[in-house]
Amino acid sequence: MATSTATPREITRVQPTRRNTELGLMVLAFIIGGYAMFNTALASGEGIDNELWIALAVLAGVGLVGHLAVRFLAPYAEPIMLPTAYLLNFLGLVMIYRLDIAEAQRAQENASPEPTPAVLGQLTWTIVGILLVALVFLIVRDHRKLQRYTYISLFIGVVLLLLPLAPGIGETINGATLWIRIGSLTFQPAELAKIALTIFLAGYLVTKRESLKVVKNKFLGVPLPRGRDLGPLLAGWLLAMAIIAFESEIGTAVIFFGLFITLLYVATQRRGWVLLGLIFAATGAVFAYLAFSHVRVRFEIWLDPFADAEGTGFQVVQSLFGLANGGLLGTGWAQGYPQLVPFANSDFILASFGEELGLTGLIAILLLFGILVQRGLRTAVACRDVFGRLLATGLATVFGLQVFVVAAGVTKLIPMTGLTTPFMSAGGSALIANWIMIGILLRISDVTRRPDPVVTSPDDALTQVVRL
Amino acid sequence: MSELALTLLRLGFLVLLWVGVLTTLSALRRDLRAPREARPAGVAVAAPAPPVKKPPRRAKTGKGTRLVVTEGPLVGTVVPLGATPITIGRAQDSTLVLDDDYASTNHCRIYPAGNDWVVEDLQSTNGTWLGKTRLTQATVLPVGTPLRVGRTEMQVQK
Repeated sequence: MATSTATPREITRVQPTRRNTELGLMVLAFIIGGYAMFNTALASGEGIDNELWIALAVLAGVGLVGHLAVRFLAPYAEPIMLPTAYLLNFLGLVMIYRLDIAEAQRAQENASPEPTPAVLGQLTWTIVGILLVALVFLIVRDHRKLQRYTYISLFIGVVLLLLPLAPGIGETINGATLWIRIGSLTFQPAELAKIALTIFLAGYLVTKRESLKVVKNKFLGVPLPRGRDLGPLLAGWLLAMAIIAFESEIGTAVIFFGLFITLLYVATQRRGWVLLGLIFAATGAVFAYLAFSHVRVRFEIWLDPFADAEGTGFQVVQSLFGLANGGLLGTGWAQGYPQLVPFANSDFILASFGEELGLTGLIAILLLFGILVQRGLRTAVACRDVFGRLLATGLATVFGLQVFVVAAGVTKLIPMTGLTTPFMSAGGSALIANWIMIGILLRISDVTRRPDPVVTSPDDALTQVVRL
Repeated sequence: MSELALTLLRLGFLVLLWVGVLTTLSALRRDLRAPREARPAGVAVAAPAPPVKKPPRRAKTGKGTRLVVTEGPLVGTVVPLGATPITIGRAQDSTLVLDDDYASTNHCRIYPAGNDWVVEDLQSTNGTWLGKTRLTQATVLPVGTPLRVGRTEMQVQK
């Protein structure tokens, strides 16, 4: 470690790190976000006031801090992840700001007190998120060190997951027991649990993958793992079922189980695990449908949202109307009615984008998420140690699964599951968790792409022996 | 605001958003074109970057350009061979990190010498095997010959 950090400046002069590409993309992201902000302010009739300029300055500063953190603390990291995440975060903020305006107008019409704008909280969390990226760089100098904390991570992850069930601090909001409350601050610990459990799974599978690879029986031509190796899969399944049962939350359970199966498959390269995982998931789904009314309601809404369009199906129906209203090119910023969908700025923010930016804009946003996932998986492929590979794969999978589950839920491809859209949805815990994940991914990429510190000329290469 | 201005603003944003996406994609494509596991040296950078000293990558004929793991836990891993030596072993800062009880911390290293790659055993416990012989001194590593370190087998490919 000492040898590799001692000479980075030396090497920077010789080998470009594409930091300027990153800076360029950051500027472009800022221009796009700023355009959206002015567009919203003008189109909604709010006008451009001082607060808008302050918000823009803060966001420019946030972007600059993020870029400088990478430039000085992870100089070899790949250049695309940070600007993409920044752009998504920025667009999310503008949409939340736009929905705040709608809420304020609605409050005015009803002569009720003006609600606190959600955008202020989100902006604060964005700043915290970027600072956390820098903090991740400072604490995690080398991602391989995280492997030491494999079982501590499991412990932390499970505690975080169970925290909302603890009496006193646990909080049930909108039917799901996913929050803890400390003072006036609510927090969703499951978001951070995702990171801890990804670290655990990566570290655990590094040591166990050889035995999990052993194949005994074949079923329909697919080799199946041994019965006694089923323990971990069963544990993951039980954890997912426990989340559905005790915290009334389907989305988190889906993410955890999906992450689990993906990493098992990547670590062992055995399709048998995927098959078994799907069987487990299907069994779980049927069981959850029969046992829990809140799951059954979600399924019924999915199958026919118009059956109770004014009641349980209201949200999905309004979301579909919104998407239809947006059409191909959208209504334009602040010209549609995304505020009619309950939770338009969190669970259904993609529907809001679909209405105001149309299919054209929504595809662009989904592409940005696709780029983010591709960068994560690319980092995994390039990584030379197994732990880093699995960790990067896991983090990218969490992003990918989450976007899929949300986008598919909003468009009624699968039942709606109340997950947040990464970087966009209003919600501090999710936002900072996502930024921490980006920080870890950038660190893995930095370590992977960092040139070897040893520079030897071919002449003395023969006499050069072990370094360290 | 007038209807026309709003429409122009709306379409302008979509154009700008797509310009952003496409720019990002083109920045990404440069990375795809570079060889697998491109290190910063192999990636060309736009204009004002400091003078780039590119290692001769795939330039000379007859010289292997990558080290491919053909057997063992890391099977399928490709390590590009550039201008700098690479190290193999259990040490976390090795170029190829082996998670193998039969490999030493600093097991062996491979470095360029003229038109060839040379492999040198770093006094490992279980030895570095080229084909069926255990290495006792730095030896030229021919393309396609299996090199065994612990449970891992690899070979240089063009």
